[in-house]
Amino acid sequence: MTVDAVAAEPVVEFDHLDLAFRVRGRWRQAIRDVSFRVEPHRSFGLVGESGSGKSTLAMCAVRYLARNARITGGTVRVAGRDLRTMDEAELRRFRASTVSMVYQNPASALNPSIRVGDQVAEVFRVSGMAASEASDQARTMLETVRIADAGQVMRRFPHQLSGGMLQRVVIGMALAPRPQLLILDEPTTALDATVEAEVLDLIQGLRRELGTTVLFISHNLAVIDRMCDRVGVLYAGRLVEEGETATVFEKPRHPYTVGLLRCVPRWGLRKDEGALDTIPGLPPSIGAALTGCAFADRCALAIDRCRQEPPPLYEVGTDHTSRCFRHEEADQLPSAPAPGASPPREREQGAPLLQLEQVSKTFHQDGHDIHGLVDVSLKLGHGEALGLVGESGSGKSTLAKVLLGLLEPDAGATLEYEGAPLAAAVGHRRSDQVRSLSIVFQDPGSSLNRRHSIRRIVGRVMTKLLGIRGRRREQRLEDLVDSVRLDKSVLDARPPELSGGLMQRAAIARAFAGDPQVVVCDEPTSALDVSVQAAILNLLAELQRTRQVSYLFISHDLGVVRFLADRIAVLYLGRVMEVGDADVVFRGPHHPYTEALLSAAPILHGEARTRIRLEGEVPSAASPPSGCVFHTRCPRKLGEICERQEPELLEVEPGHQIRCHIPIEDLRRILTEPEPPAVAGSRPD
Amino acid sequence: MARFLIRRIAFAVITLWLLSVLVFLGAHVLPGDVGRRILGAFASPRAVANLDRQLGVDKPLPVQYLNWLSGAVRFNFGSSLAYRQPVSSLLGPALLNSLKLAAVAFVIVVPLGVVGGVIAALNRGRPLDRIITVSGLSGTVVPEFVSGIVLILLLGIVIRLFPVTATAPPGSGALTQLYYLILPALPLVLVLFGYIARIARAGMIDALDADYTRTAYLKGLSRRTVIWRHVLRNALLPTIAVIATQTGYLIGGLVVIETIFNYHGIGQLLFTAAQQKDFPLIQATVMVIGVVYLVATLLADITYSLLNPRIRLGGAR
Amino acid sequence: MSTASVPVARPRRVDARRSALAERLTLLLHSPTFLIGAVIVLFWIVCAIGNTHLTPYDPLATNPLGKLRGPSPQHLLGTDSLGRDELSRVIAGARGILVVAPLATVLGTAVGTALGLVTGYFGGLVDESLMRLVDAFLAVPVVVVGLVALVALGPSTITVILVIGVVFAPIIARTVRAAVLSERDKEYIQAARLRRERTPYILFVELLPNVMGPILVEFTVRLGYAIFTIATLSFLGFGIQPPAPDWGLSIYENYVYITGGYWWPVLFPAIAIASLVVGVNLVSDAISQVLDR
Repeated sequence: MTVDAVAAEPVVEFDHLDLAFRVRGRWRQAIRDVSFRVEPHRSFGLVGESGSGKSTLAMCAVRYLARNARITGGTVRVAGRDLRTMDEAELRRFRASTVSMVYQNPASALNPSIRVGDQVAEVFRVSGMAASEASDQARTMLETVRIADAGQVMRRFPHQLSGGMLQRVVIGMALAPRPQLLILDEPTTALDATVEAEVLDLIQGLRRELGTTVLFISHNLAVIDRMCDRVGVLYAGRLVEEGETATVFEKPRHPYTVGLLRCVPRWGLRKDEGALDTIPGLPPSIGAALTGCAFADRCALAIDRCRQEPPPLYEVGTDHTSRCFRHEEADQLPSAPAPGASPPREREQGAPLLQLEQVSKTFHQDGHDIHGLVDVSLKLGHGEALGLVGESGSGKSTLAKVLLGLLEPDAGATLEYEGAPLAAAVGHRRSDQVRSLSIVFQDPGSSLNRRHSIRRIVGRVMTKLLGIRGRRREQRLEDLVDSVRLDKSVLDARPPELSGGLMQRAAIARAFAGDPQVVVCDEPTSALDVSVQAAILNLLAELQRTRQVSYLFISHDLGVVRFLADRIAVLYLGRVMEVGDADVVFRGPHHPYTEALLSAAPILHGEARTRIRLEGEVPSAASPPSGCVFHTRCPRKLGEICERQEPELLEVEPGHQIRCHIPIEDLRRILTEPEPPAVAGSRPD
Repeated sequence: MARFLIRRIAFAVITLWLLSVLVFLGAHVLPGDVGRRILGAFASPRAVANLDRQLGVDKPLPVQYLNWLSGAVRFNFGSSLAYRQPVSSLLGPALLNSLKLAAVAFVIVVPLGVVGGVIAALNRGRPLDRIITVSGLSGTVVPEFVSGIVLILLLGIVIRLFPVTATAPPGSGALTQLYYLILPALPLVLVLFGYIARIARAGMIDALDADYTRTAYLKGLSRRTVIWRHVLRNALLPTIAVIATQTGYLIGGLVVIETIFNYHGIGQLLFTAAQQKDFPLIQATVMVIGVVYLVATLLADITYSLLNPRIRLGGAR
Repeated sequence: MSTASVPVARPRRVDARRSALAERLTLLLHSPTFLIGAVIVLFWIVCAIGNTHLTPYDPLATNPLGKLRGPSPQHLLGTDSLGRDELSRVIAGARGILVVAPLATVLGTAVGTALGLVTGYFGGLVDESLMRLVDAFLAVPVVVVGLVALVALGPSTITVILVIGVVFAPIIARTVRAAVLSERDKEYIQAARLRRERTPYILFVELLPNVMGPILVEFTVRLGYAIFTIATLSFLGFGIQPPAPDWGLSIYENYVYITGGYWWPVLFPAIAIASLVVGVNLVSDAISQVLDR
């Protein structure tokens, strides 16, 4: 089949598609009447929260459905052909030549027992190519996805390659047959921010080069904003809004899209300037019977009609549709109330609440020393929120565990709380110290015992740490649950009966049950959907204000950190690379690594920023590079000195420390330099 | 790889040593006087004391253990009380006979079980899958003596397809010997089939559901290629290790089968020793059974690691 | 969205889990595997409870003049080599095995669970050494261990229960340990350590409820094998002792006669054993199937 023959037709066309899953003996509707099309050479983004049906739609486009799934109505056409009517042989030829797919976890997408080169070559062998030629073609393909040592990589097994490298291989394999359609299902969600940026650049560049049509699936609005010409917003298996990305994101016409966009912490919004917008409630569970609009229960604009009949698809602009009766007024969706917030915190002078000096932590594994933390010294003031930022393996969580006494640091470390020494192990700490430090973990599904009721989980902390029982405990429990905005009925529930957001509220209640002074928040929102994340961040900001606690806030999401943190420490390979007030760290002058992190984070509404890119991935902590540990990836490396000598963490201006050989004046100058020419990946406007 | 092998062999040696301690203690520390237990309540105290001295059980336990162990590593387990001859001379022929019977059972059951499991997995959720799984599992829980006796009744007495004894007349050729061994092997096959099929099925289903299998299908490969090239290799790797652990069940079954069919193997030897309270023989047979099991699992682990690139090439990036 | 002074609405609670449990139960009750298994097991439980109230004759009464009589209207399943009524012996035989096997399994599960919790939670040297010991134990088949132990200790019902329990414990400990290993690193355990809970509390109050699923499945599977093993030991003469109307024992006492065509005193107890183990196994399989969904 030639591209020209079908060029006039859309490459993908979903037409009134319905799909159901059979779970525990019942059919549950997961996709409801979805129609959209993707024109040739365009990229179409599907965005939605977990359970919205994004990935299921992708699987429909290659006719690879779960065993318990059934299309109950409508059609899917790809490259002009109805997928439902193809026989096995046709389907095979179609998959071999017309459509390819990349999914979230590259490590599992490749066969663990076959060499990488053979797996790529297989794509060419399918079309009958000879082995040696296929192998040559595979090598060329790997070079196309900018794998430097393609010959070497081809002889490797998947477990010998890093995540970023694997995802390149997978992308190369997908593009090898020059498909008309490339489906990308959360292709960078499992990768670190700097690697993600690199992979997105690569995809964008190749798409241009090869003219491939792309269907891009993501929960991340900013990634969609960067990568896609058009976007469709999915909610409970329905496509609620669809249009050009720029139009939809700038002038959304469905209340759900409006809410979703407002939930994302915008650059620069800080907790003392106001609360984030939220979407209350929960999406309907998969297969729930819907009489009206699926979003009606959570929509402040909903009228009676919304609950009685499903809204049709309205044409709201050129190529812009919305499934809402009140699409005219969608942007009038009420906002969160203006700053209920107090003025910015007065910086306290005097002794810090918590002080860490020279904290190192070395793990021993298979005879190797792995340096989790190296000479970390940090202070945390009364009522201050210190943000910890860094990619995976930077030592953020290790630091949190050392602080809490779950991990013992190497000898030579000092930990002080209110001027008194803090023992290394939680078992040796004074009980008032134990009570003063607590934590909110990342995944409430794993941090709450799923067999215990919330009453038992939270109440146990009060009994254990405060010695409160009986009637008094019950009263306190009710007050606490109320202050995290949960209904009292939640006390009798067990975690699996609650949604992710409610569970995390319960986990926050537990963290505050012992009246702590310092609460460690370890990625508290990254397991949650965007709409839930905002509400949790608001709650954390509010609790800090009302209860005067200090936070150690760990996150890989810079927008989130900026919203909540007063000061920020940037970690790389267990070392502090930069510390300073949040504003200063974001404004610069930056450590080159901080600069790269800021450049890598995809953000909404295309704010202009200096873009520098990092090559490769974070080195292993078992054998960190000599000299400055960042020199292997540093785009602003000075020269030999960086390889030889580890720079000191120096105070470059009051309250701002940077660990870099580059003089501060030069770092300042970089800030004012003109932007480098746009990288291939930036969005055209 | 070398690291893995050394570790694995060291484990096997430690396990073997622990087993020898357990076996020794099992026969010695249990309540009662050894000589008295053997000779019964009505024997004279002098006879008991004599036997105790003869067996060396009047010495302190650690000394007894060392004596026994130093003999055992040289394949000298002392003298059988029931047969009145060295234990080692009894073990060799018995072990050989048992291995023959076990081999016949394995040759029948391994291909059958693996194919059964693969077919069940490929028809997952359909009636064929349920039939294979449920009947297989039912077979594994029916004791060998039950299925053995029913099979003797059916195939040996009612339709006279097989002889009801396992030992071929002296001087028979290999094929005749094989013919005599089929009926005794069948109950063992019944017990093992369900296990092997279940493991093969589970491995297949894991591999069929894996992302890499989806990748292979989406490359446009045919179902046949996907299954042969991508699925089976990963699916059957774990099955190897599990098949080896089934030697344990197999040997357990031999005790019963050899007794029913009056076949002179290690199982029957153990049963006779148990009936006669022949402790030197009991210790020796149990040790031999343990060694066979450990060697089988060790070999399986080595095969597994050779076939698995993750272990062969190490996990390091 | 509410614009009132409280910015976050009180969310409703979802009852996903409770309805999932109800759906599982429904599924179980609609599973033919489960129903067939349950009917068989129930039948034998009724026999075990009714015991001699249900038997046409005294299962122990011998009749030297009526040995090895074939099935007839007087003796529906015939008589055995001592002239005892086979039907009565099959019915009465249910009690022994249905008391001994569950007791042994409960013992093994209790000990094995404790062992598995401790080794899985502590890891390190405790775990390594205990697991090596378990390996050594498992190198010898259950039937062989049982045989040797019963020779050394002398056969009795209590001994059978103890021996099977002790032999099953390490097997169950392995399953529990594997389940604990996947739970141990979950953060609710860290949360418990952070409020300085004692180890027994962490093991039995925090961990145990979360590994009950695998333990339940393992219990039902082991129950089948306990019946298997006890019947085998009885058949070898080391289990339940004469003159009890035990099925394995009956087969042992009568199997020498089958070559002479006296199949009934062997076949009927064999069917009894087979049906009971298969019944237990069907129930066990159905439960694990439903827990998997």
